[in-house]
Order: sequence, then C-alpha cells, then structure tokens
Amino acid sequence: MFGKLGWDSIPFDNPLPLVAFGAAVAGMAALGLWAWRRGHLPYLWRDWICSVDHKRVGVMYCLLALVMLLRGFSDALMMRSQQAIAMGNDGWLPSHHYDQVFTAHGVIMIFFVAMPFMVGLMNFAVPLQLGIRDVAFPTLNSVSFWLTAAGALLINVSLVIGEFAKTGWVVYPPLSELRYSPGVGVDYYLWGLQVAGVGTLLSGVNLVTTILKMRAPGMGYSRMPMFCWTALATNLLIVAAFPILTATLAMLTLDRYLGFHFFTGDMGGNQMMFVNLIWAWGHPEVYILVLPAFGIFSEVVSTFSSKPLFGYRSMILATMAICVLSFIVWLHHFFTMGAGADVNGFFGVSTMIIAVPTGVKVFNWLFTMYGGRIRFTTPMLYSVAFMVLFVIGGMTGVMLAIPPADFVLHNSLFLVAHFHNIVIPAVLFGAFAGYTYWFPKAFGFRLDEAWGRRAFWLWATGFVVAFMPLYVLGLMGMTRRLQHYDVPSWQPWLIVASVGAVMIAGAIGCMIVQLYVSIRDRDTERLKDVTGDPWDGRTLEWSTTSPPPVFNFASLPDVSHEEPYWGMKNRAKEESRLSERPDYEDIEMPKNSPTGIVTAFFATLLGFAAVWHIWWLVILGGLGAWATFVVFAWRDEVEYEIPADEVERRDRMRREGKAKMLDLPPEAVA
Amino acid sequence: MSRALDQDENEADRDEQAESRARTDDSVPGEESDADEDVGGGVRGYLIGLALAGILTAASFYVAGSGLIYGPGIPVGLIALAIGQMGVHLVFFLHVTTGPDNTNNVLALAFGVLIVALVLFGSLWIMSHLNHNMMPAEMMRQMQR
Amino acid sequence: MSAATARTDHDVPRPRRHGEDEGDPNQLGRGERPLSERGPAPTRIVVGYGFWIFLLSDFIMFSAFFAAYAVLVGETAGGPGGAELFELPYVAWETVLLLLSSFACGMAGVAVTARSRIWFQAAMLATGLLGFGFLVMEVLEFRHLIERGAGPDRSAFLSSFFALVGCHGLHVAIGLLWLGTMMAQVWAKGFREDIQRRILCFALFWHALDIIWVALFTIVYLFGAGSGIA
Repeated sequence: MFGKLGWDSIPFDNPLPLVAFGAAVAGMAALGLWAWRRGHLPYLWRDWICSVDHKRVGVMYCLLALVMLLRGFSDALMMRSQQAIAMGNDGWLPSHHYDQVFTAHGVIMIFFVAMPFMVGLMNFAVPLQLGIRDVAFPTLNSVSFWLTAAGALLINVSLVIGEFAKTGWVVYPPLSELRYSPGVGVDYYLWGLQVAGVGTLLSGVNLVTTILKMRAPGMGYSRMPMFCWTALATNLLIVAAFPILTATLAMLTLDRYLGFHFFTGDMGGNQMMFVNLIWAWGHPEVYILVLPAFGIFSEVVSTFSSKPLFGYRSMILATMAICVLSFIVWLHHFFTMGAGADVNGFFGVSTMIIAVPTGVKVFNWLFTMYGGRIRFTTPMLYSVAFMVLFVIGGMTGVMLAIPPADFVLHNSLFLVAHFHNIVIPAVLFGAFAGYTYWFPKAFGFRLDEAWGRRAFWLWATGFVVAFMPLYVLGLMGMTRRLQHYDVPSWQPWLIVASVGAVMIAGAIGCMIVQLYVSIRDRDTERLKDVTGDPWDGRTLEWSTTSPPPVFNFASLPDVSHEEPYWGMKNRAKEESRLSERPDYEDIEMPKNSPTGIVTAFFATLLGFAAVWHIWWLVILGGLGAWATFVVFAWRDEVEYEIPADEVERRDRMRREGKAKMLDLPPEAVA
Repeated sequence: MSRALDQDENEADRDEQAESRARTDDSVPGEESDADEDVGGGVRGYLIGLALAGILTAASFYVAGSGLIYGPGIPVGLIALAIGQMGVHLVFFLHVTTGPDNTNNVLALAFGVLIVALVLFGSLWIMSHLNHNMMPAEMMRQMQR
Repeated sequence: MSAATARTDHDVPRPRRHGEDEGDPNQLGRGERPLSERGPAPTRIVVGYGFWIFLLSDFIMFSAFFAAYAVLVGETAGGPGGAELFELPYVAWETVLLLLSSFACGMAGVAVTARSRIWFQAAMLATGLLGFGFLVMEVLEFRHLIERGAGPDRSAFLSSFFALVGCHGLHVAIGLLWLGTMMAQVWAKGFREDIQRRILCFALFWHALDIIWVALFTIVYLFGAGSGIA
C-alpha cells in the first residue's frame, strides 16, 4: 500500500536532521500563523501564490533561492567543521551522513540557490527592460516556479523521510546504480531534479520566446539592454542543455527501476557514457549560471559609473560566442577518464578559447568604469570584488584546462577551490548585486546600505579566507570529499578555511539583519523610493514606479536608442517637460491562476510516490497533473481588464514622481 | 490609407496586407505563410508531401533490404534518404521554408540542429576513444574475482 | 470586454504619433520598420514560435537517447542483436501508419482554415486511429521481444533500444491524449482563437514526431536489420 515507505524510513537515530527540519517547519508554521492572524492569507493566495505576474514570480524565485541558501550553507558549515577537526580521528559527522551532506550541498547550491536566483532576477527584470507587460506565457511561468519549488521540497523531505544520495552531486554510476545505492537517496535526487528540470526547461522556452518575439516597438536587437542579451544566451542554453539532463537522468532511472543496463557494470552497460552525457549538460549549466550574472554586472557597472556600457557590440559577440562555445568544452570535466591525448587536447584548447570572450567582457567592464563618475554602492562593491576574484578563478580554470595539469589536480581541493572561485564571485555576488539593485524596484524601498556593506566585506574577505587555503591543499595533494584524513600538514589550512566559513556565516547574518532593518525603516526618507529611479538608472525599468503597476507601462514605450530611459531623462531635462501623455486605453492582463501550485502539488505527489514505489499514488499524481492541464485549457475567462481611468491614475502618480525627481515645475506633469 | 500613384503594385499590395495583418514577414512554423490559401491548395501541398515522403521511405526500405547499393555505401544512402524525408516533412507538413518570413524559424531550427550534431558526434567521438582506451567493466570485474 | 471571449490578438499596433520616431525621418510608416522593431508579435506567432522552441528542445532530448543507442548498439552481452530481432516489413507498416497519420493531421489543419467542424473531427479521428494503430503495433512488438527473452534487461543494446523507441512511443501516447482533448475542445467551443493556436501546436508536435520516427527507423531498424550491416 505504501510501497517501501515505513516508520523505519524516518531517521530517529540521527537527531540532527530531525531537529533542523522541525525547526524549519516550526518557523514556517509561526510565519503562517502570524499571516493568518493578520488576515494576510487570502491576499497571499490570490496575489502571490496564484500570481502569474512576472514580477511576483521573480520575487518568489529569489525568496526560494535565499531560503535554500541557508540550507546549503549549513551543509557547508558542517563540512568545514568536520574537516577542521577530523585529522587522525573520525570527527563528529559519520561518513554516511557526511556523504549525504556534500551531495546535498552541491545539489542545493546549484539547482535550488543559483538557478532560481538567476531565473528569478531574469523573470523580474527582463520584461521591464524590454518595455513590455509580461513574459510570453505568464501562467506557464507560474507553473515553472512552482515545479522548481516542488523539486526543492522533495530534496528537503529526503532529510527526514528516508535519506539523500551519497554519491556526489553528479551521481556517477556505478555508485548511483541500484546495486551500490539500494536506498532511496538517489531516487529522491532523480525525481526532485526531473520535476525541477521540467520547470527550468519551460522557463527557458518562455524567456527565449519573450526576448525574441516580444520587445517594445523600436527595440531592435541592438537596442536591447545587455542583461537581456545575456538572458537570451542563458535561456538558449537552458533550452539546449536541459533536455540532455532529462534524458540522462531518465536513463539512470530506468536502470534503477526497470532493470535496464545503460550504466550497469554488467550486460554491456557503459558507465563512462553517463559521465559524458551528464557533463554535456553540466558544462552549459555553469554558463547558464554565470551569463545572467555577467549581464547584471553590465547593468550595475554602467549605472554606477554613470557611463554607457563600453563596447556594447563586442559584449554581444562575446556573449553569443560563450553561448555556442560552451557546447564544445564539456570533456574537460573528465580529462582523466581516458579518452586519450587527441580528444583531451582538442577539449583543452577549446576550454582555453572560451576564456577569451570572458576576458573581453572583463575588459569592457573595466573600460566602462574608466573615466566614469563612480558611486561605490553595495552593488558596485560586489561588481568590483567580482572582477578581482573571478579573474583569479578564471586563471585557475585555464590551468586546469591543461590536461596533464588536470591529471594531477582533478578532484583535488584545487578543483573545489576553482569552481567556488568562479561561482561565488560571479554567480552569488552577481545575484546579491542584482538583488540589491532591483530590490527598490520590486518593493518601493531600498535595502539598508550600511548593513549591505558589512555583508559585502564579510562575504568578500570570508570567501578569500575560506577558499584560498583550498588551492594550497589541492596542490599538497588533498582530494575532495574526504570525511577524515591523516596528513597533519593539511589541518592548519582546513582550520583557516573553517574560519572563512564562519566569516561568511557572519555575512549571511548581516544580510538577514539588513532585511529586517530595511523593512522596519522602509518608510523613512533614507530608504523609501518615491521616484522609481533610486540609482539614476539608464534602462526602461527605472521609468516605472517602484513597484511598477501590474501592467508595467501605461503605454509601451517607443524605443529609438540604446539606453532608452537615459535618453528620455535627458530629453526631459533639456525640454523642461515630460514626454507627451499617451492616449490611455484599457489594458487586458492575464488572470491569476492556481494552475502553477496545483500542478506542482501533483508533481510532488508523483515524485514522492515514485521514490517510495507507491504505484497507485504515482498514477494518481500523473492523472492529477493531466487533469490540471485540461481544466486550465478549458477556461473561458483568461484575462481581466484594467480600465483606462485606472491606467491614467497610476501613470499620473508616475509622472509626478518623475517630475519631482527632475525638479520640473508641476505643469510639466500635465 | 492613400498611396502615391507611382508606387509599384507590390508595394501597394504590401501596404494592403499590412493593414489587415500587422506582420506579413513573420510566420509561425506549422502555418502556411499565405493564410488565405484555398482548401484545394492546402490539400495539394500535403498530398505532394505524402507522395514524396512515401517514395523516399520506400526507397529507404528497399536500399536497406536489397543488394542494389554497394554494401558499405548503404549507411550513407540511408542517411541521405532520411535527410530528404525530414526535409519533405519540414517543407510540406510544417511549412518551414527558406522564405524571409520564416527566417526566425529556420534560425531556431539551425541552432537545434547544431546542438544535436555536437551532442551526437561529440559523444560518438569521445565514447569511441574511451571505449578503445579503457578496459571494459565486465573484464575488470572478472579480474577482481 | 465580454467574458465569453478568450484572449484576442493584439496585432493591430497603436498608431504612432507625429514626430514620435526619430529613426524614421521620412515617415515611411510602420510597414518599413524592420521586423525586430515592430513591437510585441501577435499572440499566434508568439505561441507558435514558443512551441517550436520547445520542440527543438525535445529533438535535443531525443538526440541524447540516440547518442546512447549509437554507443551501446554493439553491447548485446551475448544476446540477440538488431539483425536477429528486427522485422523490416513490420516496421514498414508502422511507418506507413504514422506517415498517413501525419497527412490526416495536415488535413485537420486545412479543415481549421476552412472552418469546417465536421472535417476537422473526421481528420482528427483518422489521425488518432492511425496513431493508435502505430502504438498498438509498437506495444505488440515490445511484448513479443520481451516474451522471447529480449527485453530491456537482457543487454545494454536492448535497454537503449527500448528506451529510444519507447520514448518516441510515449510521446505518441501523450499526443493521442492531447488529440482527444483538442477534439473535445473543438466540439465544445468551436474554432476559438486560442483553440486554433493549440491545434497549431498539436500539429507541430505530431509532424515533429514523424520526423523523429524517420531518424528512428533509419538508424535503429534499417541500419540494424539491413543486409550487410551489423
């Protein structure tokens, strides 16, 4: 009746995950109770959970990412502390848990922190920057978010019901096959990622279509903001790469569930093929993570240098070059698997080549800053730290691209240091820069700058202290994923690294305090955003109010230049008046819908049931998902109308804010 | 909308079409570019496609089964016929042509084909080298016993 | 706006005001603007293009299964290989069924243009029956193979065969469910704009499946079973 599920599936013998899970559930329950008592629940359901508005979906993605950052980071603290003390002894974290911790850390950070953060920021900003009202498929957007959240839920449930995979985050066979991982851990991984992967793929289709087919009138490709270009490249990569992940995980699932022999050790299975296919996805994946961050930095650097981005066209070429090149480097993840010198040589060279367009981008950012009037706000601080630290990480990447060097350094802590040196300064700092930069647009008030700086400095220095020792350790020969070791000379470095982790914990603490202080002080003059343009921005999102109305723009702007809002502002200053008021019309917006969360509910049911072999529940989940689709397709009322007077009223508020910002006389608003 | 008398007919037609359909130089995959085409024309297109695809399919099966083509040349012949069949499907059933109204669709298809080629040929190249260099798992297990 | 109509096309651009666009000093009118500058595309184009992108991602997923098949085609673990197992006449019939099914789907598309509900339902029924016939043949083939000990657990070659062909069959099955839904929708609501868009997407999907079948029967069956090839 319940498949393999039983009371013994709950790890009563190991209190830590139960306590942690219990605390998280209690926290969420407390929040839920508070919301209920204040009467917020109908609003939350109607206007957030069922929202198909790209701005709300984007915010929810970022919220998911930030919450999962806490979980992924606690895994990191556990690993660092274990390695700091486990010299010649078994430490405090037994190996069968340690293995789950490092696997979960990787899976969560990549799939449920970095991806949702980037997708969320793209969701929020791209339609606003393109001058349109929403993405191409708003309800599908909501479905994508909730499927990602469902995947995250499945991974988290594995903490208390069953176990998680112990194979590392790329689940290589034969370890991930049924024979060597008979438990449910790898199954949780497979179903969680398949569910989340569908969400990501649909989001990719959505954003590609939006960027290619829906831009404001006049916004040809060469007038698109740089963030939208990188978003295009990213989503093209998502559409191209995620199907490979789907197929490969499906093959492993077939092996585990139906006795297929894709990757088994016998009957002709080929484990090397798993490695090949998973990295054919895996390499584009890291570019999916980093390209939006590059776009964010382009926006932030040009805004806070008060200069247009240097080398716009070369940036576009570099971005699209990275997009295509990312598909011909994947073997560098398994130089040591034995493909031979010819193959290794080709991929080594291609890996070095892909560093070139990235270098072009770095130079363009530097040249953007040169001669500009720079304001070192928190986003700009993150950008500068990125430029310094990411280049170091990039250089170690070029070192690893040399196959003979990689034979020494593969799977050592040098590699671990390299990829954290890329992901944290680029993806995470980019996410934080974007989060700080667009926060006032989303909520109407800025984040507290002082706490932001404290967080930044702790992040930047904490990162250096935590990860530079790992380079040394890698060169000293320490491999990754060690639960204990017996080389005394390694321990001091690991202790330093754990100090760095504590500094990062402090940074995260500062960010939490920042959020509290900012919300508390949101109506003060220091933080409130009354003009919609708190940073003297250059792109179209800053022409709206903060937050923008649901329809974004009262009338779609007609774009004639790059950086259209900068042009609008200058023209308004020169002519001492705002642009002419458009003829306001009724605006039709898509209706909110529970389709997203209901689909995700059935997907979670399906995934959980599949993990535990509860077959009747699998069928129920599948039927439920199908029924949700049919119900959605059967709708007759899909839009609601915002009357022209309401549009005019909102736009008048906006114009008043802009007039105040530009010190224009009140007549200018009319 | 008035137009200058010296505008040639094509431009006049285009203006007219622009009135009724805002975008005539962009069409959806799967849809005839000229939506006002009559039923007969539509059916004819599909019939031609069916006939061509049928011929090419029959040719494929014949080439594979008979000794007509020199043995080692059969795979190449089959692939050529397969590409032909896919082309027939794309043009006659999916209405993806090389006209300017289909540029976006063809570009997207080209991107997809590029990725497919990279994944397929990349994997085949890598795996053949790996298989050649590395001991099969079966043999390794037998050595462990 | 009437509640009964679903989303309408926003394909008539707002007339531009005098002097508004600096990039068009000769006021040649919006017909001269490059496609990329005309503003958001009509919903029909957005939906069709989006589905096309999704289909391309599906092609890429199939290519991963094809790659696995190509790598594992020789790994028969001492068991039967393609030459032993594949019956080309049977596959030829499957191909005929699917090709005719595609043709019938095309007829359904013509019926939409002609706004004929009867022809639409008839063509879709034909599409569905032919597709169902294909699926039945495939299931029977699978069952036969499993019964004679050549199931997916026999060898890596058979695993990759069953997965690749089975993935295509799964897509056909889902397509049939979708087909039924579209028939029901047209029966209940007629040729509403959004239903037309969905029919367009379904047709794209169905034809794409036939394209994949071409690759499939060539690489799996014809390569595998033809004379002179392993």
